[in-house]
Amino acid sequence: MAEQQSYYVPASSPWPIVGAVGLGLIAWGAAHAIIDMSKEQDGYGNTVLIAGLIVIAVMMFGWFRDQINESMSGKYSSQLGNSYKQGMSWFIFSEIMFFAAFFGALFYARVIAVQWLGGDSNNAMTNDVLWPEFVAQWPLVKTPGGTETQAMGWYGLPAINTLILLVSSVTCHFAHTGLEHGKRKQLTAMLGITIILGCIFLYLQGAEYVHAYQDLNLTLDSGIYGNTFYMLTGFHGMHVTLGTVMLIVMFLRVLKGHFTPNNHFAFQATSWYWHFVDVVWLCLFVVVYIL
Amino acid sequence: MSTAVEDTHHDTHHDHKPYGIGRWLFTTNHKDIGSMYLWLSFTMFLVGGAMAMVIRAELFQPGLQLIEPQFFNQMTTVHGLVMIFGAVMPAFTGLANWMIPMMIGAPDMALPRMNNWSFWILPFAFLILLGSLFMEGGGPAFGWTAYAPLSTTYSSDSTALFVFSVHIMGISSIMGAINVIVTIMNMRAPGMSYMKMPLFAWTWFITAFLLIAVMPVLAGAVTMLLTDKYFGTSFFDAAGGGDPVMYQHIFWFFGHPEVYIMILPSFGIISAIIPAFARKPLFGYASMVYATAAIALLSFLVWAHHMFTTGMPVFAELFFMYCTMLIAVPTGVKIFNWVATMWRGSMTFETPMLFALAFVILFTIGGFSGLMLAIIPADFQYHDTYFVVAHFHYVLVTGAIFSIMAAAYYWLPKWTGHMYDSTLAKTHFWTSLISVNVLFFPMHFAGLAGMPRRIPDYATQFADINQIASIGGFAFGLSQLIFLWVVIKCVKGGEKAAAKPWDGAEGLEWTVPSPAPYHTFEKPPKVE
Repeated sequence: MAEQQSYYVPASSPWPIVGAVGLGLIAWGAAHAIIDMSKEQDGYGNTVLIAGLIVIAVMMFGWFRDQINESMSGKYSSQLGNSYKQGMSWFIFSEIMFFAAFFGALFYARVIAVQWLGGDSNNAMTNDVLWPEFVAQWPLVKTPGGTETQAMGWYGLPAINTLILLVSSVTCHFAHTGLEHGKRKQLTAMLGITIILGCIFLYLQGAEYVHAYQDLNLTLDSGIYGNTFYMLTGFHGMHVTLGTVMLIVMFLRVLKGHFTPNNHFAFQATSWYWHFVDVVWLCLFVVVYIL
Repeated sequence: MSTAVEDTHHDTHHDHKPYGIGRWLFTTNHKDIGSMYLWLSFTMFLVGGAMAMVIRAELFQPGLQLIEPQFFNQMTTVHGLVMIFGAVMPAFTGLANWMIPMMIGAPDMALPRMNNWSFWILPFAFLILLGSLFMEGGGPAFGWTAYAPLSTTYSSDSTALFVFSVHIMGISSIMGAINVIVTIMNMRAPGMSYMKMPLFAWTWFITAFLLIAVMPVLAGAVTMLLTDKYFGTSFFDAAGGGDPVMYQHIFWFFGHPEVYIMILPSFGIISAIIPAFARKPLFGYASMVYATAAIALLSFLVWAHHMFTTGMPVFAELFFMYCTMLIAVPTGVKIFNWVATMWRGSMTFETPMLFALAFVILFTIGGFSGLMLAIIPADFQYHDTYFVVAHFHYVLVTGAIFSIMAAAYYWLPKWTGHMYDSTLAKTHFWTSLISVNVLFFPMHFAGLAGMPRRIPDYATQFADINQIASIGGFAFGLSQLIFLWVVIKCVKGGEKAAAKPWDGAEGLEWTVPSPAPYHTFEKPPKVE
């Protein structure tokens, strides 16, 4: 609720429309890049996609620069700060729902679709008529169509990665408390460790993908097990990548002395985001790898 | 940047609007953004309407006359997408932008730049979607629901464009919804407690939660379509262990709350208009809030009633049937409250009230046919017939669209500072009311008699009914041009509107002059 005497309304800005053009180029370019790829033809898709990405990068640079300048010159009210915090939390909620769609697909495939293809419930005829040889099992290492693959174990790399992300969440928290208490050394050290752990996670995730493709024949198109495995870990990996970039930006801003114990929304948002990708990974580790 | 800030500072004191194209491109003003949303919505309404005219022209007679079946399918698909994501949802977002800050005593939306971004990405989404109609192989032809495998194995490359345009629409909706939530949670004037908020703010608040909960699920569903078609996954392909029915589950988990996203703000509009013209406070304000919340919660438990015929265990069908019927209870509370508000009121019948009354009656008809569809054995017959088409056009056209028309007439004086031409407006109402019923009411009978939807041709016994419906359709389409005329005339001039042109109206928006100043409530108003 409003506390102060008069409101602060941010001034008009050229960046949203630049961002809209960028997003439009990305969507058009990505769609055509995919069509070009499927037809094995040369087209404008990739070019437009890259142009869009550049426009978005410029937009983010400019938009954030303006925000930072305005914030540091003391223009923002505490009410606007609250709006930012609430906006970020609801954005993270919408991200959770995005992952929920894929967790839901995994649940449905595992508990319902595969079982029914194996003749469960009252679907004996499905199995007999379509694929009599098919045996329902999870991980689905042999699809009804006959594609074979191997399951990814939870021990080894995935377990190490879980540990890494958990530790990074803790270090991120300590960086945050360091900032809140004005302990600059703790802040930079802990934030630096968090970034390094994030990078190690991404590297190991890449190594795991190579292992899956080369040794296990576990690929994106190897049936519903591979589909859910790659879509969940892949989208999670994209979020970790984004989170790491955000952390690096925060690191640079810390070095520049942008944050004060009372005014550091960007840092707080990044920290929330990092905890969010950590929690998603925990669910993912349990549901995709262990169970 | 600093000069821009100075300028705005200057503006706030002299109510001097920035001019030129830059005003619209760079704006952070909720009224400008609201107007752009409303104009986009009306443009899309005409585009989607033109497609409906093509559909009705083809269906005027049995046999194939005008267009190829494949193009007919593109028309039904894109008509649905454009009307839902282009006409109804942006209209509500536009109304929210214009009205919610004024209703709760806020100076603007909480996140004004994001507000601009969430509007301006929409035209690009529709350029991509409509552009796909002109590409090789044509536009999406799989129905707005994009069921696999129609949208994967059997579709043209328009699937890729469809998927990415839906992503942009989703991003826009999510940002718009976050803005509404944060505005309401954080920007209410002192004294404006939640239970003092106008119902339009309340219904939009709840709608916004539905949006951030389900638009990401739609994004996930269409992403799976994309990878199924182009990257070899088999989410919706039984040969790889997936299931086409899984798509329907994920889609309708989005799709059913989406239905309420398109009607809850209408409930808020009607709850503002009926008390104003019955000159009585709204009957049962608190029960209206709770009923809205109940409908929103139930909307997550009913999705599979769209797929009774596609294969589910009996206990699941029963669960979804009973949950669906349960929705009639809070909806009934609302209808009862509106009627009770009018009871012994001193009613007058200005155009907003006429549309609101038509809404109450015709939306109820759509609700009842929905109840019929909720009954599993009955649905086995009605599924995918024109009965379904009649049902959802009653709730979406005479429901959502009529409420938007009512809102437009109700708040036009506030937006433009002029009264609209009431004779023209009433002409618009009566022609719309009659033609919309000639258009959609016969479809119930066609459906009950077994005419399937999404088919360009039909058995000859349906010829008369389709001819009547088509005539109604053309008349309804033409009637909307009267609306355009009324709005343009009202923007350009007319009788000066008072700050509160409706003597029974309540709310903070009527305490500011008409037209509303460019910046309202620079300081929080006092709310008693």
